[in-house]
Amino acid sequence: MNFEEIKSKAKEEWEEFNQLERPRILIGAATCGRAAGALEVWEKFKEELAIKSIEADIHEVGDLGMCYAEPLIEIGVPDGRRVLYQKVAEKMVPELIRDFILKGDPRPDLALCTFGEVAIDGIPAFQELPMIKKQVRVVLRNSGIIDPTAINHYIVRGGYSGFAKALKMMPEEVVKEVTASGLRGRGGAGFPTGVKWGFARNSKSDIKYMICNADEGDPGAFMDRAVLESDPHAVLEGLAIGAYAIGADSAYVYARSEYPLAIARLEQAIKQMEEFGFLGKNILGSGFNLSIKIKQGAGAFVCGEETALMASIEGKRGMPTPRPPFPAQSGLHGKPTNINNVESLANVSEIMNRGAKWYARYGTERSKGTKTFALAGNVKRTGLIEVPMGITLRDIIFDVGGGIPDGKKFKAVQTGGPSGGCIPAEFLDMNVDYDELAKVGSIMGSGGMIVMDEDSCMVDIARYFLSFTENESCGKCTPCRIGTQHLLRILNDITEGNGKPEDIDTLEKLCRTIKNASLCGLGQTAPNPVLTTIEHFRDEYDAHINDGRCPALVCKALLIYTIDTETCKLCEICKKECPTDAITGSKKPPEPFVINEEKCIRCGMCFSVCPFGAVQKSSGNGETQVRKSGSENNNE
Amino acid sequence: MKRPAANISEGLQETLQTYDQHLDSLIPILQGVQKKFGYISEDAVECIAQYLDVSQSYIYGVATFYTQFRFTRPGDHVIRVCLGTACYVRGGSQIMDEIDRYLGISPGETTSDFKFSLERVACFGSCALSPVIVVDDKVYGRMTPRKVKKILEEFE
Repeated sequence: MNFEEIKSKAKEEWEEFNQLERPRILIGAATCGRAAGALEVWEKFKEELAIKSIEADIHEVGDLGMCYAEPLIEIGVPDGRRVLYQKVAEKMVPELIRDFILKGDPRPDLALCTFGEVAIDGIPAFQELPMIKKQVRVVLRNSGIIDPTAINHYIVRGGYSGFAKALKMMPEEVVKEVTASGLRGRGGAGFPTGVKWGFARNSKSDIKYMICNADEGDPGAFMDRAVLESDPHAVLEGLAIGAYAIGADSAYVYARSEYPLAIARLEQAIKQMEEFGFLGKNILGSGFNLSIKIKQGAGAFVCGEETALMASIEGKRGMPTPRPPFPAQSGLHGKPTNINNVESLANVSEIMNRGAKWYARYGTERSKGTKTFALAGNVKRTGLIEVPMGITLRDIIFDVGGGIPDGKKFKAVQTGGPSGGCIPAEFLDMNVDYDELAKVGSIMGSGGMIVMDEDSCMVDIARYFLSFTENESCGKCTPCRIGTQHLLRILNDITEGNGKPEDIDTLEKLCRTIKNASLCGLGQTAPNPVLTTIEHFRDEYDAHINDGRCPALVCKALLIYTIDTETCKLCEICKKECPTDAITGSKKPPEPFVINEEKCIRCGMCFSVCPFGAVQKSSGNGETQVRKSGSENNNE
Repeated sequence: MKRPAANISEGLQETLQTYDQHLDSLIPILQGVQKKFGYISEDAVECIAQYLDVSQSYIYGVATFYTQFRFTRPGDHVIRVCLGTACYVRGGSQIMDEIDRYLGISPGETTSDFKFSLERVACFGSCALSPVIVVDDKVYGRMTPRKVKKILEEFE
C-alpha cells in the first residue's frame, strides 16, 4: 500500500468511529485516569450495558490533561451529542446510562463539557473551558481525542504525513526545516533541535544512532508519560524523521521502567509501524531503512544526561563522560548519535506535517512554539497543559490552573525540577520562555511546574531537592558528590533548628563551586533550588536560623502541637489515631485532652483528623503562629 | 567452594537464552531476572556473569548503580511511596512516616514475615493525584495518613 491508500483506509476507520450509529463510550484510561479508578468504571459500564442489553461501543482514549477531574468518561449518543463527564464513580454509571443513553437527558450537573459540533444548554464546549481556553495543543494534539492503540486514528489526524513528506526531501532539507521552526530541545537545556541534527548529519560514519530520551526523571513531571500513553505514534514519527535527517538506520527509545503503560503503548505502536511499512527496509519506497528498539531505564536520574544514558544502553553504570567528544561525534558505541526528548520529537512530527512557518507563529522571538507543563502541587486544576511560549505565569497558574485551593495564598512556583528554582509572587507576570526563566535563576526544564502555597516551607523545599540530587549524584566527580552532601547536611541542620548564622554564606559559596566545577548538568544545576530560595525567601532561612521558627509550620523539629480546650469537643478521635499514645484525656468523665510533648513525634495525625479544628500547630520561641486545622486539601 | 553452574535453576537459564550474549543486554537481563524471580540472587549474578563473559563484580557494579534492582527477597506486596515534588508538597512524607510506623520498617526493607516491602520512588508521574502510593501495580491517589492505614489493613 502506498501512503495515499493507507490514508484513505484510515479515514474510513475514523469515520466509522465517529458515526455514533449506536452509543459510544470513551474511557480516559491513561495512568492518571487509572489511578482515579477508570478501569473499574470501564468494567461497570460493560456490566450495566449487558444487564440492560444496550448495544454500545466502548473505547479507550488517552489523557485530556484534566487530571483533577479524572476519571473522565465521554458518552456520545446517536443524535450527535457528546458529553464529557467528570469524576465518574462506579455508582454514577447506572444513572448516566439511564438518563443520557436511554432517556436523552445529558445531566449537566455531572458534565464537564461537550465535544463535537452539537451544543447542549448548560454544558460548556471543551474549547471554552477555563483550563483549555488559553492552551495551544501541538504536542497534545491527539491526547485524549484518539484511541492510542489505533494507528489509523493517528494517521487520519495528519499522522505520518510529515514522515512521508520528509522521505521525499533531502535529509539536509529536513534539518533545515526543523531549524527554521525554531524548535528548541524540550528536555530542559533548550538547544535548537535542527542545529543539533545538523551536527549528527555532518558526522561521517557507516553507523549512526538516533535516540528518544523518555527517561522522564524530574520528580513532579509527567508530560512525557502522558504523551507516550496517549499518542505514542506522535513521538515515534518524530524519531523516524530525526533518524532519516541525520542518516541513522537504528533508533532507540530509552524509557523509564516506572512507566509500564507507556512502554506497552510504545511496543504496540512499533509493531503497528512495522505492519504499515513505516519501519523496516525501503520505507514507503524511499530506500530508507529503520528499526526502533525500546530500552528500559533502571531508575537513575543521571541517565537523563545524554552520555550517561548511552552508557546505560551499553550495559554500564550510567555515569556521564566529559565532552568533547559530543555524542554527535562519538556517542553510542563510539558512533555519531543524536538524542532528543519525547516532547521535542512529538513537535517534530507536526512541524514536518504543517511546516516550520506554521510552528514559528507561536511563541516568542527566541522561544518558538508551545510548551507542555505538568501543573501540580497546590493548584485547583492539576493536570497536563500546553501553552504558547511567552504566556505569563499568572495566566498559567490562575487562569488555566484556577488558582490556589482552600483560599490559601500563592507563595512560589517551582519550575525545572531539581535543576530549577522557586519563583516568588513578584514575578507572576513574567513571560515564560527559556531566557526569562533563566533570568530569575530557574530553568524551563522538562516542564514540571509545582505550585506552592503559604503552607510550603522554602527551606524545606530546598532541602527536599538536595536530598534528591545528593541521592542521585552518580559519584563520579567530587564537586557534585561531596558538594551536594555538604549542602544537604547544612540544610538538614537549618530545618532541624541547628542552623548557624554563617550557614547562608557557606551555602552560597558551596553552590558556586558545585555549579562551576561539576562534570554534568546534574551537578551544575543542583544548587539552583538552594540559590533561588536564598535569593527570594531569605527571611525564611533567617527565621529558622535565628529564631528557631518555621514560618510555614512544616519543619517538624521546630513545631509544637497543642489542643485548644475551648474548641475541643472531647470526641477522642485524636487520641485514638495518635500512633504514640501521646494524647491523654477522656470523654467520660470529661477530662481535657492534652498532648504530651515528650511523647509527641509531630506526625500531624491529630491535626489532620480533628473535625473541629481544635488541634493547633505552632512554631517559634517569641511570637507563636497558630493555625486551625479541619480543612482537607481538596482539589477542584 | 564455587557452586557448580548445574545447580542453578533451569528457569534462569531459560530466561537468559532469550537475550543476546552482548553487554548491551545486561540491564534488560537484570530486569528480566528480577521480574521473574523478584530479585537478583547471588546465583543469578554468577549465571549472568558467565553468560555475558564478564566478572561478577562488574555485574554487581552495574546492578547496584541502579535503584531498580533488589538483591534480597521482596515481600509479597511491594508498597512504593511516591516522594516526587508534587507528592512531597502535598504531604507525601507524612504518608511515608505513617506506613513506616504501621509496618515497622524503613524504605528499602521488608517485614520479617515477607508480607510487605517498602520503597520510596522519586515520581510515578501521577502528580495530579498527589500524594500517591502504589501497592503492587495499583495506584492509590490523594492519600492521607488515615486512608493509607485503611489500605494497609485491607492487605492484612
